[in-house]
Amino acid sequence: MEPSSLNDLAASLADPDASRAAAEPVIRITGLDKTYAGGFRALKAVDLSIRRGEIFALLGPNGAGKTTLISVVCGLVNPTAGEVRVDGFDSVRDYRQARALIGLVPQELTNEAFETVWNTVSFSRGLFGKSPDPGHIERVLKSLTLWDKRDNRLITLSGGMKRRVLIAKALSHEPRILFLDEPTAGVDVELRREMWNVVRQLRDSGVTIILTTHYIEEAEEMADRIGVINGGQIVLVEEKAALMRKLGSKQLTLHLHSPLAAVPARLSGYDLQLANEGSELIYSYDGASDGEEGSGITALLGDLDAAGIAFKDLHTRQSSLEDIFVDLVKERS
Amino acid sequence: MNLYPVRAIYAAEMARTRRTLLQSIVSPVISTSLYFVVFGAAIGSRISEIDGVSYGAFIVPGLIMLMLLTQSVSNASFGIFFPKFSGSIYELLSAPISHVEIVIGYVGAAATKSIVLGLIILATAGLFVPLEIAHPLWMLTFLLLTAVTFSLLGFIIGIWADGFDKLQLVPLLVITPLTFLGGSFYSIDMLPPVWQTLTLFNPVLYLVSGFRWSFYGISDVSLLASVTMILVFLALCLAVIAWMFRTGYRLKP
Repeated sequence: MEPSSLNDLAASLADPDASRAAAEPVIRITGLDKTYAGGFRALKAVDLSIRRGEIFALLGPNGAGKTTLISVVCGLVNPTAGEVRVDGFDSVRDYRQARALIGLVPQELTNEAFETVWNTVSFSRGLFGKSPDPGHIERVLKSLTLWDKRDNRLITLSGGMKRRVLIAKALSHEPRILFLDEPTAGVDVELRREMWNVVRQLRDSGVTIILTTHYIEEAEEMADRIGVINGGQIVLVEEKAALMRKLGSKQLTLHLHSPLAAVPARLSGYDLQLANEGSELIYSYDGASDGEEGSGITALLGDLDAAGIAFKDLHTRQSSLEDIFVDLVKERS
Repeated sequence: MNLYPVRAIYAAEMARTRRTLLQSIVSPVISTSLYFVVFGAAIGSRISEIDGVSYGAFIVPGLIMLMLLTQSVSNASFGIFFPKFSGSIYELLSAPISHVEIVIGYVGAAATKSIVLGLIILATAGLFVPLEIAHPLWMLTFLLLTAVTFSLLGFIIGIWADGFDKLQLVPLLVITPLTFLGGSFYSIDMLPPVWQTLTLFNPVLYLVSGFRWSFYGISDVSLLASVTMILVFLALCLAVIAWMFRTGYRLKP
């Protein structure tokens, strides 16, 4: 993907009204509830605010309500109760203004199989009430490496290419908010990283990105804030960095010169475990604790020296977002 | 009203017709020509004139109406059903577009196709039988009203259908029988009294009768009854579509 194409696209999508108060949420969801006809309550009084210009990752296990939440905001599903405001516009009463701001990339690869790439992307622009602008369509297609495929029918494209077409369709009408529902599901690693670049460029141009993903790595790599939904309820919304600091435990692994049969009694005050047939000593501590006293590493190393336990190597590991997510969902369910 | 979305839907639907020219235009023209060969030339030559009109010419309005009804329903139902089937309906539902604009786009395209087809069949008929059109403006009015009304019905069927089988159900089991029994190929005067009364409950009779009147000035029912019936049906279809959009019936869970 050509960086210049991405820059061109970002420039064309840049918010002309960037001076607007950034503190005001671009999406405000209040008391949103959805019960399907069969009686399944997919959303339970959801409150959520999305900040202007951020990348917000919505995580949750299958059936947690991620897609329903996005679908209600975008107008695909009728809410049972509650309110969604998009840049101040009510998503039901002022649907024209609200929806004009939103681009949606759905989870499923859905498109008109016999249309050409150019026609289907141009169709999307018209459908969203925008006058034809071949120059913008060209920039979008080039930024997604679709320009060479513009005359190809969608049925002839690979899965990854079809996914790009869906993104191109969503960007065709120059949205200020982009919903990406599992954007990199089923695409290879290289393309995934290319898409991350596109998303970052869009964010840099002022587009707010809300993505749902199963790939924790994706959220960890891209998101500014992370929300976790489980059982139709938002169980956590946090800055990614703060979340990692707050919930991420750290482990110090010491590779011992001589294996131990058991943790010596004088070290019982530390959270220690033996691993790898006694040749590794693992110390778990709170990653949020700043300073040596907080982590207890200095004291531990002193006590090890006093106990005559020597080590030849050491390394630390911080728990990933995936560990945090799994712990959180397990804890709440 | 924003015309860009209407234009986008209309253009996409018309493009689909161009891609499927064979089944959209050529196929109905061929099948109608076969009707003329069989009923007009082969059998029709043995049937006496009806109200002073040769049998071959008499069936022209009925045949055009038969094609108009089936093609309007078929075009409009497929137009809205296919995005539902493929999943691309998400884009339509998430677009800043009103229900009226959606209907104008899809139904307008379906009705346009049907009218063009009706005129092609009319021209084709002229190759087989001598034609006269006594009230051309009324003929075009009936053509337009019927195409729009039955395209609306097709749109309803397209939303209602949850599989390709149901998409064919109404055209095959309802529209075609009603058209055949609605005086397309005969005047209801030719039927026994009981059947004449029963036929009066067939709405298609009023369409065929009014349309035939615009050609030859002869009809089974009055012009007012024909126009009233089609307007009532039009209003009914609009009401059903409004309800479907308001409730999200089979569109939005």
